Amino acid sequence: MNIPRVIPVLLLRDGGVVKSVRFKDHTYIGDPLNAVRIFNEKEVDEIAVIDIGATIQNSLPDFDLIKQIAGEAFMPMSYGGGITEIEHIRRVINNGVEKVILQNAALSDPGLIREAAGQFGSQSIIVCLDVKRNWWGRYEVRSKNGRKKWKGTPQDWAIRMEDAGAGELIIQSVDRDGTMKGYDHHLQGMISNVVNIPVVALGGANSLDDMKACKQAGASAVAAGSFFVFQGPHRAVLISYPKRSELLEAFKD
Amino acid sequence: MSIVIVDYGSGNLLSIANMLRKVGCPNVTISGGPDEIEKADKLILPGVGHIDHGMKGLRQANLIDVLNDKVIDKQTPVLGICLGLQLMTEKSEEGMSKGLGWLEATTIAFDKNRMNGEKLPHMGWAEIKYNRSHPLFKGLGPDPRFYFVHGYHVTTENKNLILCKADYGYDFTAGLFRENIMAVQFHPEKSHKFGMKIMKNFAEL
Repeated sequence: MNIPRVIPVLLLRDGGVVKSVRFKDHTYIGDPLNAVRIFNEKEVDEIAVIDIGATIQNSLPDFDLIKQIAGEAFMPMSYGGGITEIEHIRRVINNGVEKVILQNAALSDPGLIREAAGQFGSQSIIVCLDVKRNWWGRYEVRSKNGRKKWKGTPQDWAIRMEDAGAGELIIQSVDRDGTMKGYDHHLQGMISNVVNIPVVALGGANSLDDMKACKQAGASAVAAGSFFVFQGPHRAVLISYPKRSELLEAFKD
Repeated sequence: MSIVIVDYGSGNLLSIANMLRKVGCPNVTISGGPDEIEKADKLILPGVGHIDHGMKGLRQANLIDVLNDKVIDKQTPVLGICLGLQLMTEKSEEGMSKGLGWLEATTIAFDKNRMNGEKLPHMGWAEIKYNRSHPLFKGLGPDPRFYFVHGYHVTTENKNLILCKADYGYDFTAGLFRENIMAVQFHPEKSHKFGMKIMKNFAEL
C-alpha cells in the first residue's frame, strides 16, 4: 500500500493556533511559526493552515502572517480562510503557498474554482466540504464554520466541485472534529467513490490504524488537528508526528 | 555567484528563494527581466500548471530568446522544476504549444489504465530511483523522497538523458539532464532535507 499523505492542520484565530471540538470550545495551542518549525523538524508530508477567525469575522486573509508561515515551511502548505476572490488567491500563492483551500466562496460560485484552476492549475485549488449529520442522520454540507447549510448531498457537491476544476477535496466531519474518536470512514468512502480527484479525510483521527482504514475506504490523504497537538487523556499540548518507520509499518500491505 | 529564479507568472517562486537562502545562497533574485536573466550565473526555471499557460507566460515576458541564448549558447547551468522540466521538452500532450525543445523528450499524460487504483493528479511523496550518478544527488542517501504534484510526466527515447525515476501507478521518468541542463518533476523546495541537498548541490555546482 502506498503511504497516504499525513497532514497536520493548524487552525488560526487572532494570529495564534487553536483547536476546536465539533467546531466549538477552542483551546489555545501556541504560536504558528513555532508550530511550523516543529513540523519541519519532524519532516511532515504537508501542512494545512486554516484561519477560522477570517471566516467567522468575514475578514481578509492575513497576508503578512501567511507569508511568514510559508517562509518557514519546507514542506507543501495549503491555506484557507477569508478567500472570496481571485485576487486573494493570487496573493496567497505569491506569498509562498502551494495550494489554497476554498469553501464558502466555492460553494456560492463554482465559477471562482474554474477561473482559479485556469490561472493557477487545478493542483493548487482545494475545496473543503464540512459535512455534518442533521437530526435525521442525513449528511449535510456546511460552511461558515458550520453555521451555513447547503441544499444537496455531499456527493453532489463533491462532483460539482470536481467538475468546476478543484484538484483535491478535504472532507471534514464536523461531528468528529476534535473528538479523536475515529474518522467517519463511511463518509470518506462515500465521497471517494464518486470523484476521481484525491480526497483528504479530516475529523476524528485517533490512530495510525484509523488512518489506514480511511485509506482503505478510498481517501488519498489523511489530515488531523488534535491527533498531532494533544497528548494523553488530559489533552496536554505537545506537538507530535509519527516517525517515517512507524508510517511504513502502519501502512505496509 | 548569482542565481535568478525565472518569473514568468507561474509557480511558487518565493518557496524556492526561501530554500536557497536557507542553504546559504546570499545572491538569489526572483526576476522576469531579460537583463537580469542575462547576467545570472545560474538559472532556475520553475512553474506549475498548464503548459500553454507557461509558454504564453514566457512569450509575454519576452524571455524565450534570452533563455535560449543563456542555456543553449552560453551553457549557463539551469535547473527546471515541475512545469519547468516539461517546458524544456519538445511538446506536451497537455496543450498546443511547442516546448522550448532543450531536451529530446516529450510530455505525456499519466496512463489512466495503468494507475492501479491511484488517483490523478499525482499529489504526494515518492521515492526516486537514481538512473545514474550526478552531482545534483551528492550526499543524498538511497531512495530519497520528494514531493510531486503533476498529472503529466516526461518520457524520452534517449535513455542517456534520464536522471531518475519514480513510481506512481507505474515507473515514470522523474528527472532529465543534458550537460548544463538539469530538470526534475518533483519540488525540491518543498521536500525537507532531501530537497535542501539538491538545492545546495545545484548552488555549489
